[in-house]
Amino acid sequence: MLERMQILICGGTGCLSSHSKDIQKEFDRVLTEMGLHDEVKLVLTGCFGLCEKGPVVIVYPDETFYSHVQVADVAEICEEHVLKGRIVERLTVKDPIDKTKVKNFSELNFYAKQRRIALRNCGNINPSDIKEYIARDGYAALGKVLTSMTPVQVVEEVKKSGLRGRGGAGFPTGLKWEFASKSTDDIKYVICNADEGDPGAFMDRSVLEGDPHSVLEAMTICGYAIGAHQGYIYVRAEYPVAVERLNHAIRESHEMRLLGEDIFGSGFHFDIELRLGAGAFVCGEETALMASIEGQRGMPRLKPPFPAVKGLWGHPTNVNNVETFANVPVIFLKGADWFRGIGTEKSTGTKVFALGGKIANTGLVEVPMGTTLREVIFDIGGGIPNRRRFKAVQTGGPSGGCITEKNLDTPIDFDSMIAMGSMMGSGGMIVMDEDNCMVDVARFYLDFTVDESCGKCTPCREGTRRMLDILNKICAGKGTMEDLDTLESIGNMVKESSLCALGQSAPSPVLSTLKHFRDEYIAHVVDHVCPAGVCANLTNYVVTDHCIGCTKCAKNCPVGAITGSVKQRHFIDLTKCIRCGACKKACPVNAITSKPLPKEVQLNG
Amino acid sequence: MKTLEDLKKLRDESLKAMEMRYLRNGVRIQVGMGTCGIAAGARPVLQKFIEETSSHNMNNVIITQVGCMGECAFEPIVEIVEQDGTKTTYCKVSERMVYEIVEEHLINGRRLDRYMLSAVKK
Ligand SMILES: Cc1cc2nc3c(=O)[nH]c(=O)nc-3n(C[C@H](O)[C@H](O)[C@H](O)COP(=O)(O)O)c2cc1C
Repeated sequence: MLERMQILICGGTGCLSSHSKDIQKEFDRVLTEMGLHDEVKLVLTGCFGLCEKGPVVIVYPDETFYSHVQVADVAEICEEHVLKGRIVERLTVKDPIDKTKVKNFSELNFYAKQRRIALRNCGNINPSDIKEYIARDGYAALGKVLTSMTPVQVVEEVKKSGLRGRGGAGFPTGLKWEFASKSTDDIKYVICNADEGDPGAFMDRSVLEGDPHSVLEAMTICGYAIGAHQGYIYVRAEYPVAVERLNHAIRESHEMRLLGEDIFGSGFHFDIELRLGAGAFVCGEETALMASIEGQRGMPRLKPPFPAVKGLWGHPTNVNNVETFANVPVIFLKGADWFRGIGTEKSTGTKVFALGGKIANTGLVEVPMGTTLREVIFDIGGGIPNRRRFKAVQTGGPSGGCITEKNLDTPIDFDSMIAMGSMMGSGGMIVMDEDNCMVDVARFYLDFTVDESCGKCTPCREGTRRMLDILNKICAGKGTMEDLDTLESIGNMVKESSLCALGQSAPSPVLSTLKHFRDEYIAHVVDHVCPAGVCANLTNYVVTDHCIGCTKCAKNCPVGAITGSVKQRHFIDLTKCIRCGACKKACPVNAITSKPLPKEVQLNG
Repeated sequence: MKTLEDLKKLRDESLKAMEMRYLRNGVRIQVGMGTCGIAAGARPVLQKFIEETSSHNMNNVIITQVGCMGECAFEPIVEIVEQDGTKTTYCKVSERMVYEIVEEHLINGRRLDRYMLSAVKK
């Protein structure tokens, strides 16, 4: 029997954790039972990107997009759609932007504005089947490079493409390859940095899970260009799915002789091995990463010498990020000029962002450089849910800063992000609304860096700790105006005197919130109130005149602190209130705010 | 895998198995697969379309199923939707007719009037 349908089930980590493997098993079982098994192919893919809607299932050839699929829905999909050709309407999605029902994958606005290069195969192919990668022109770039180009030409092509590192710093990749190729040594290494430690970032993970061969192919191309024969992928052990698929992919490539000896009969040999990290943020820093591979404690060292001169075990080493590598094969397939044509002049190509926080479409998006934040957050991301107002977006994770409304229309690229006081970073994008307290956000990131500081240099080890103490004090309502100045001066000191970029960038979230949201800090210190209602000690929830008396707040209050009758304004008894914020979330008209208590109002007022 | 030719060959073979995920335009063959259609024998018809088109190496057709078209008495019903949107509706399609439809309509571009719903229904 010939195959007439293919059902793609998302096997990204998000969907896997909501049981997409069980969904696959159930499809398998039901289709066998119905005798349709031979006509329908089941494919477990990598991440589709629209994680908010997971588990996601796409049925081809009609491209039907099903969201939030449960194991219990499978029988109905088989019975109705597979057998009878009737789409199961209740599982199709509403477009979050114009609220129309969308059946087709390609009709979704979420995808319409994206340009997928690094993610070109994610969600499209079975990552555990090398043939599907090859069908999508996989390994053709490597074939072309090995059979028709010299290493110098390869480096030139990457230089010409304008590709810059996607791991954070945005260093020109071609230039980096050139440095490594010019270092003379019999032994050189290629390292793929798959440590991805930023909270909220999962771009690299999705590439590894959804398209592992693209990274293997690019590393081999890089090996040829710089004269290396061994590659390492440093991936955190907390990414078990990525590790499993990478190992499988390496085995498949060896079997096909796309790794190992004499690749494409060119005489060039290359091998790749995994090295598992224990999940320390600092091990993403390239010198710490190399120390970790060598079996030492993951601590950074001074640069120069740069890895391209003296890297792993003292040999010249080229370190690139996962997403950087994922772009490389496409550059050779379509040409450097094609690549340059996408994005902006100084930041070519696309960038993948992991959208999270207060956003309708949590997930992965890939857009050309030069796209504005407004387009990413509102057009693709679907905006802020629950009719809340946008406040800021944190980019660059714990090394970045926040960008406010006034910069939403700035085209994003490496340089504009820095000009806005943040940075591209690896691509985490956390959206915040009026319910986020910016002091608390700064504290969250700093708490992370304090934990992750390796302790080698004093400014980072001690400075970040002192800053955190001050932030804790402010959040507890015990801060002073002087503390704000101290925060700033310690912050600048840590920034200027730390050994590695972890410390150098750790104060950024604090400095940038101090700059853009100083009034919020002042509210904490002077008025003793947290305007967003997050810091428990400083939150006095008050029901305002806008109250319509719907009683929702009273029903949602876990401690019965709210009184009032239907269609009457309600009141919160602050002696009973535990500042959990449930009432504020429940209020349909935004009538509950956190306000300083006027002097004359008694607590039980 | 030794040469670029090997790679290309494997690519073409593998792509064939994945085509339905990438095909955007081309002719759509829609087979009515409501309960009525299935009862009237739409499943073997659908299967036959797949066999015939692939044995002719036709890679610009999408074969899908649709629900009941409301003409249950004339099932199995098959609609051929051309790239420009013209629709031809064949009714009471049998496996033997599939062979003809593929040869005549899809390959030679001649519609088979005598099988069309509009003709049969008169
Ligand atoms: C604290 C810290 C963490 C980092 N984490 C990562 C990471 O997880 N992944 C990554 O690719 N680069 C990370 N980097 C950047 C790397 O040091 C290095 O610049 C990058 O891997 C180079 O690759 P690229 O040029 O392709 O971006 C980190 C840097 C610092 C200072």
